[in-house]
Amino acid sequence: MAYTTENNQSGLMAKAVKEGIFAGLIAFGMFLLFVGIETYQDINNQLVWRTRWGLLAVFVAVAAIGRFVTVGFIKPHLDSRKLAKAKSGVLEISDEKGFFRTHFLKIALVFLLCYPFLAMLIFGRQGSLKYVDNFGIQILIYVMLAWGLNIVVGLAGLLDLGYVAFYAVGAYSYALLSAHFGFSFWLLLPMAGILAGLWGIILGFPVLRLRGDYLAIVTLAFGEIIRLVLINWTDVTRGTFGISGIEKATFFGIWSFDAGAPNNFAKVWGLPTSSVYYKMFLFYIILALCMLTAYVTIRLRRMPIGRAWEALREDEIACRSLGINTVTTKLTAFATGAMFGGFAGSFFAARQGFVSPESFVFLESAVILAIVVLGGMGSLTGIAIAAVVMVGGTELLREMEFLKHVFGPDFTPELYRMLLFGLAMIIVMLFKPRGFVGTREPTAFLKERKAVSGSFTKEGHG
Amino acid sequence: MTTGTTTMTKDSILKVERLSMKFGGLMAINDLSFEAKRGEITALIGPNGAGKTTVFNCITGFYKPTMGMITLSRDNGKEFLLERLRDFEINKVAGVSRTFQNIRLFSGLTVLENLLVAQHNVLMKASGFTILGLLGLPTYKNAAKAAIEKAQYWLEMADLVDRADDPAGDLSYGAQRRLEIARAMCTGPELLCLDEPAAGLNPKESLTLNTLLRAIRDQGTSLLLIEHDMSVVMEISDHVVVLEYGQKISDGTPDHVKNDPKVIAAYLGVEDDEVEEIEEKLDKGIIEEGTV
Ligand SMILES: Nc1ncnc2c1ncn2[C@@H]1O[C@H](COP(=O)(O)OP(=O)(O)O)[C@@H](O)[C@H]1O
Ligand SMILES: [Mg+2]
Repeated sequence: MAYTTENNQSGLMAKAVKEGIFAGLIAFGMFLLFVGIETYQDINNQLVWRTRWGLLAVFVAVAAIGRFVTVGFIKPHLDSRKLAKAKSGVLEISDEKGFFRTHFLKIALVFLLCYPFLAMLIFGRQGSLKYVDNFGIQILIYVMLAWGLNIVVGLAGLLDLGYVAFYAVGAYSYALLSAHFGFSFWLLLPMAGILAGLWGIILGFPVLRLRGDYLAIVTLAFGEIIRLVLINWTDVTRGTFGISGIEKATFFGIWSFDAGAPNNFAKVWGLPTSSVYYKMFLFYIILALCMLTAYVTIRLRRMPIGRAWEALREDEIACRSLGINTVTTKLTAFATGAMFGGFAGSFFAARQGFVSPESFVFLESAVILAIVVLGGMGSLTGIAIAAVVMVGGTELLREMEFLKHVFGPDFTPELYRMLLFGLAMIIVMLFKPRGFVGTREPTAFLKERKAVSGSFTKEGHG
Repeated sequence: MTTGTTTMTKDSILKVERLSMKFGGLMAINDLSFEAKRGEITALIGPNGAGKTTVFNCITGFYKPTMGMITLSRDNGKEFLLERLRDFEINKVAGVSRTFQNIRLFSGLTVLENLLVAQHNVLMKASGFTILGLLGLPTYKNAAKAAIEKAQYWLEMADLVDRADDPAGDLSYGAQRRLEIARAMCTGPELLCLDEPAAGLNPKESLTLNTLLRAIRDQGTSLLLIEHDMSVVMEISDHVVVLEYGQKISDGTPDHVKNDPKVIAAYLGVEDDEVEEIEEKLDKGIIEEGTV
């Protein structure tokens, strides 16, 4: 017995070494030209190349050692654990959840409400700026956008690759209407949402007859068209220069956050001047907007329209046989999603004080969609977690100065965020193909509410 | 076989006149006319590829017929030309609902949710097209409660109460068939069209299905049924229409159709010797009810 395990052990090690070397060789072949050789322009603007053997060696080593460790240690460990579990008869799925999991939402909400103050306590007034703005607000904007897109993609099953267009409509509505008519934030916020929703209907009407890949391609094109209009309609939008000096949001008109205004928030309350109050205020606005999005989504799911959206995702033909007008149903999903995109856009404009077409590129649509898919289509909690991981992860990358010591001073980690996104996507899809939260909460029940396993739900064809 | 001149008799709910459907060069339905009577179970039978599903798709608006007229008269006397309605209006306005040969359930929704989706139009109205419902007005709450009660009624009829909170995709084949029928009934139709409801059912499930269909008829809903299983057809239908290659070859009571040599030939017409055998038996009178 002992002999065989020993034999197994050495056989395993040999296998791990072999696979490690193999992985290293493949990595070498793959990265030789990508990483090993770099082209750049010299002073005379000529394209020349140089080698980066060190970096190549790092890549190859990571691949080889990673494979070695996986095959030699991680996989046997996991296998033996699974075996032990199967032997002891404990099912992998256990109904008992810890305190943290059952009260997760409440804990998360309380944490979010305290977050700006916590940040201020720990990092001081100026130090907290980064945490409230770059992490807090940035993540919450994406949470809101992803929740908005979730209505279109996750519930109605319509693959929309141009969602950022509505974000742009909201942002430019705010910027232009505030510049030309001097409307306040609180008036423009709903207006931007409504305008984006109207755009959703106008764009949706011709588009929603298409299904599947065709719909995806046309929505992608619409997203690009809106951006190109913003770039080229210079009389109105000032083209690539963008619109700057956008009015800040006010505390319902009572206090202003402009440094010069007599009713400046900090002055009125006798606080030291700092931009952190405005950021904290914005944090709570976007938090409230997110809560609104979640509330409306949850309510709508229990209404006939929300059920029709999900039914549409499951089977469009069956919907029509039941007397559901699929065109208007799709349009409402598209418009509702667009409206939340518009809200987020107007908030974005107020926060940045500056909008330009550069903020509304296809990549943004892709990131938002990636968050929805990673989180688990239809699941608000999963999507919020995915947004924290992805957007927070991107921001964290910026902080990782130490990587410069490894990869050299020219290394800018945030440029690799798409690599990280892709990697995370592959890993999550491998282990949780339905996203972080793959189950679906039923909207009505007779005796008990049982979550529907992700293996039954469909992704939709449109 | 020109019945185009016949007027709509008072008790017929559906009248198909000179219906033709062409797919490219293929005449899937060729000049078909028949009627379905109110309160009856009408069966549409015929060998594979005869065009039965195509007839259904024309009636329920999924295909636009190349030619012909499909008239539906509701209990209140209103008449609708189905080929002119949009697909979803055929259910919403004309009160025709259907099931599919390859079951189309909302598999990721629970059984109960499936039945609630079917009541979409009623609930939409009650919720003031979502707006009043979002505000939580009592009209919607009452309507939602009534919808659950209706769903519960059909769950009991279809013997699915125990599975109400399970995903529809998790049901057995027979239960899925029954759920699809229950879902179609939740739209409150006057004519229910079933495309091979007994396909793939075991004898016991087939029996419960028969009971369910009879119960539906006795409530006043007329049925139009495509069926392969002759025992189901002969046992429950009041009227049988037989199709072959898109044309009607026989029309009448089950007994009449069963003894029509044309039908027997068409139905078992795959092998010639088999037909001869049947005809021989028929002559000798040894064919029993339900064996064809
Ligand atoms: N959408 C379609 N396009 C082309 N041919 C079709 C289509 N639907 C049905 N058909 C053809 O019409 C004929 C009748 O089919 P169908 O109505 O499904 O037969 P049944 O339901 O009686 O078995 C078949 O030959 C079939 O191939
Ligand atoms: Mg068929």
